[in-house]
Amino acid sequence: MGDIDINKQAPNVVVWLLLVAMPFWLPAIGGYPELGTRVVVLGLAAMSLNFLLGYTGVLSFGHAAYFGLGAYGVGMTIRYLMPSTGAGILVGVITGTIAAALIGPLIIRLRGVYFAMVTIAFGQVFFFIAFRWNSVTGGDDGLTGWTRMPLNLGFTSIDILHSPRVFYYFVLILFAIAVAIMAWLLRSPFGRTLIAIRENERRARFLGIPVDQHIWISWVISCGFVSLAGALYALLNNFVDPRALYWTQSGDFVIMAVLGGMRSFWGPLIGAAIYVVLQDYLSSETENWMSFIGLFFVLVVLFFPRGVLGMIRRKVAS
Amino acid sequence: MTLLRVENVSKHFGSLIAVDSVSMTVEPGELRAIIGPNGAGKTTFFNMISGFLTQTSGKIIFADEDISSLLPARRVWRGIARTFQITEVFPELSVRENLRTAVEVTAGYRLSPWLSQDGDNEVRARVAELLDVSGLAEKADRLVGELAHGDQRATEIMMALALKPRLLLLDEPTAGMGDQETYDITQLIRKLHRDQKLTIVLIEHDMRVVFHLADRIMVLAEGKMLAEGTPQEIAANEIVQAAYLGKAAA
Repeated sequence: MGDIDINKQAPNVVVWLLLVAMPFWLPAIGGYPELGTRVVVLGLAAMSLNFLLGYTGVLSFGHAAYFGLGAYGVGMTIRYLMPSTGAGILVGVITGTIAAALIGPLIIRLRGVYFAMVTIAFGQVFFFIAFRWNSVTGGDDGLTGWTRMPLNLGFTSIDILHSPRVFYYFVLILFAIAVAIMAWLLRSPFGRTLIAIRENERRARFLGIPVDQHIWISWVISCGFVSLAGALYALLNNFVDPRALYWTQSGDFVIMAVLGGMRSFWGPLIGAAIYVVLQDYLSSETENWMSFIGLFFVLVVLFFPRGVLGMIRRKVAS
Repeated sequence: MTLLRVENVSKHFGSLIAVDSVSMTVEPGELRAIIGPNGAGKTTFFNMISGFLTQTSGKIIFADEDISSLLPARRVWRGIARTFQITEVFPELSVRENLRTAVEVTAGYRLSPWLSQDGDNEVRARVAELLDVSGLAEKADRLVGELAHGDQRATEIMMALALKPRLLLLDEPTAGMGDQETYDITQLIRKLHRDQKLTIVLIEHDMRVVFHLADRIMVLAEGKMLAEGTPQEIAANEIVQAAYLGKAAA
């Protein structure tokens, strides 16, 4: 702790190099810029979920609600309030975070499957609001009639709409900030209390940690970052529809986290990359692409319960 | 000043009366043992003191404050630490990380998103000190889940000690241990009691341990207090011998 270990830093260096250079190597292997952006955005969502799932030991099946609030927050701000990407992201993140903070006290005393079920239930409430409130949200057709706006920095303005590469780097910068904050928190005394709760809630409680309060904070942080991911997702598509809030979207985040490895920091990003690339490739081949992702997921869970990254780690260790 | 005063606490589980109006006072610096046959209500009694269970009736006064309805974490903040019959540690963390978490929480850093260099030094020094007392220094960087039962138990006791408790509750500290491990843990408890003047209440089945350590002994049977006194008094008590010690010796 505190000391810099070269071996431990190596994976971080590799991940960041790959991410920063992505627009250059991705086309060479048949990808396109938006695909890379999707990986980073959904990777952020899965990593945010994993802050709660992998590092606090609490399974949420309702993160799509906050992802969707971030997405609608940015879309509705640009459409109705002010044509500013920055303001839209801010509104999206604040809305998602406040909703999580308010719902938190109602659910943090629940554990395990009860917690998961209630998070789904709350998520569905937001889904139905978005689905039914046609005049404001566009209902089932989604919220259209807006696009991401140039970033106004005062002295200059950056067009993130027309160049996918510029937008990618914009997303990557926000991703880097979010991920750095999460990594920082996990290495702090507060982060160690979360890991303690994951490891043994009873012991954590009898060390004098008010467990419910710490789970609430972890939940709010996790949902705050997932709403940032949702806002970026809406900006990526210049569109948002109620599916972003649907409970199956929450399931996708859980699948990504478990697929990549929820005990490793970068695992969910790897999971998101596998998920997005498989989806992109398979959905152009077959309508039943979800079955193949499902099959792949089952195989990973059966044979590599610690996820793809967990498996690689073990190989390296042995 | 009396440190802990338990007044007529009872615990009912439906129609079962697990603990029936038991009282106990513990003076600072005392080492109190609670003995009794299985199902006597010893652990239930412990759970009410630590806040793991809420009593059906009765009061618990700690350092002149009524703590009867406080949550476990708040009782810890007031100075009550405990271990469990089945060791409760963080198995996938190292001994050092287990202790570090306990030390940080006690130092008031539980919500800190960062630690100053001074704070970090202070935490490390305290962890090193605890490792030293426990004799676990050589195993500090091993995962607790991979250690022998006795070392896991020692880790749990040291985590409780990291909380700087005014009262340490140990629920069967030597349960499931071989002779050497039992001896080591007994020596550790003795050292904490003698050197650090720690007030300890322990539940124990091993009579060698009890008579070796305890200043006073309380005997529970079927939820009621059967007897209370010094080890000599308890050893000479006919009711206790009939109900409990006789069986243990046989």
